[in-house]
Amino acid sequence: MRLSRLGYTFGLFKEYIANYVKVKLTYRADFWVEVVSDLLFSLTNLVFIFIVFQHTPTLGDWSESEVVFVYGYYMIAQGVFGAFTNLWNFGDRYIIKGEMDRVLTRPAHSLAQVMLENVDPPSLVSSLVGLGIMGTAWAKLGLTFDWYDPIVLIVMVLGSVLIYTGIYVSLAAISFYSDAPTGIIPLMYNIQNYGRYPIQIYNRGIRFLLTWVLPFAFVGVYPAMFFLEAHRDVFMAWMTPVVGLIAAGISLAVWNRGVTKYRGAGS
Amino acid sequence: MNAAYFEFVRIRFLTMLAYRVNYYSGIIVYAINIGAYYFLWKAIYGSAETLAGFTVEQMTTYVAVSWMARAFYFNNLDREISNEIRDGSVAVQMTRPINYLMVKMMQGFGEGVFRMLLFMVPGMILATLLFHVTLPTDPMRWIVFFVMIWFSFLINSQLNILTGLFAFFVENNEGLMRMKRVLVDLLSGVIVPIAFFPAWGRAVMDWLPFQAITYLPSSVFTGRTTDAETWHALWIQIGWFAVLVVPILLMWRSARRRLFVQGG
Repeated sequence: MRLSRLGYTFGLFKEYIANYVKVKLTYRADFWVEVVSDLLFSLTNLVFIFIVFQHTPTLGDWSESEVVFVYGYYMIAQGVFGAFTNLWNFGDRYIIKGEMDRVLTRPAHSLAQVMLENVDPPSLVSSLVGLGIMGTAWAKLGLTFDWYDPIVLIVMVLGSVLIYTGIYVSLAAISFYSDAPTGIIPLMYNIQNYGRYPIQIYNRGIRFLLTWVLPFAFVGVYPAMFFLEAHRDVFMAWMTPVVGLIAAGISLAVWNRGVTKYRGAGS
Repeated sequence: MNAAYFEFVRIRFLTMLAYRVNYYSGIIVYAINIGAYYFLWKAIYGSAETLAGFTVEQMTTYVAVSWMARAFYFNNLDREISNEIRDGSVAVQMTRPINYLMVKMMQGFGEGVFRMLLFMVPGMILATLLFHVTLPTDPMRWIVFFVMIWFSFLINSQLNILTGLFAFFVENNEGLMRMKRVLVDLLSGVIVPIAFFPAWGRAVMDWLPFQAITYLPSSVFTGRTTDAETWHALWIQIGWFAVLVVPILLMWRSARRRLFVQGG
């Protein structure tokens, strides 16, 4: 039963993507504008790293290439996440304007529908660029390459993406409880940026926050520590998929509970 | 007439106040933001005394005050304008006997005042308690600083209005708005002070309006500038404010002739 339901959702996924392509062919220029603006965003972050390393040889005990490596990983996870979870205006669109009414009258799971309605494939281009950046840093650092590294990378990225998805789905689900458009999501976006810097530079409070409360450090520095030989910490790296599954599980529960609280916009 | 515009400030302020949930989390998150950059910069400094002419204390103060100033000047006028253009409600606004762009500016100001009172002031107090922020003792510096962030607000809003008005000319300016936001954060000096850029970067930045948004007022606040430099910085801001009025008026004039509402 559950499996056939999963198959059904994947079937819907195909339909939504087909629909997405049709829409985008109408607004063709948008696709490229979005790709360029995504890349520009990443470029500014790289510029920050390069500028900083013009003034200092190391950040804590992390070299420039190591920091760039972590950033490359972060871009991969960020790109995949952005493609599938695009809930920035969830509160406005689905709760305040009441589009949730429409979603709830349909048989597929409400969260799957909301996520599918907002798929954003251009975001995947930054994943590819991130992969390139990570690869370049990999070569520059002279890291060894084992046969299992690509598989580990995929598992790590999936874990990281689940963490992001979990956190943002939970936050979006808050809109079910409070009527106010929550400004938490854009602000959270600021905090997630800190996961991509070596966690060791922060004080204990922030380190704890980024590891166990808002586990953004698992989208960047921890999983990268599997590959970076100078900072290898296999245990924390493998916590990535574990924390990912926990975050995803919590968010699904929060969402399912939240949906029952939805009262409609009264229109 | 002016009273009508003032009403827009007041109404926006009260609207923001009605959605206070944003602000409780906002103060904490701004403090976390400042905190993270504080540690990042501390790690960057390592054992170095000064980098690019900034001491560690000046850098901390710079980071704190830049984020706080950002709370005041930041607004989403670009998004609001382009949404109103796209859904056609701008047409209704145009029939009113008040200037649409002035209304937007006033709404942005209402938002700014709200954020200043509820983010900036408590956030600054929190940051001062948590980190080694050194506040200026000279009252003149405070006055100049507030005048300067007023211009930061004006210039940033002008850039937002320009970006928003692009919705008249292109079908979707979403990407443009995002690019602007990223550029403003990087080039205005919130993320990294302009003094850290390589020489050629600084030379380019001197000719762009972005530094007037954060870098100049924050530099004045940290006490890195002499009196002459402070006045010079203020003049740069006034200059950019005046210059940016021109493209806005030109765009607004030609935009009104070609309003095209999608699906309207």
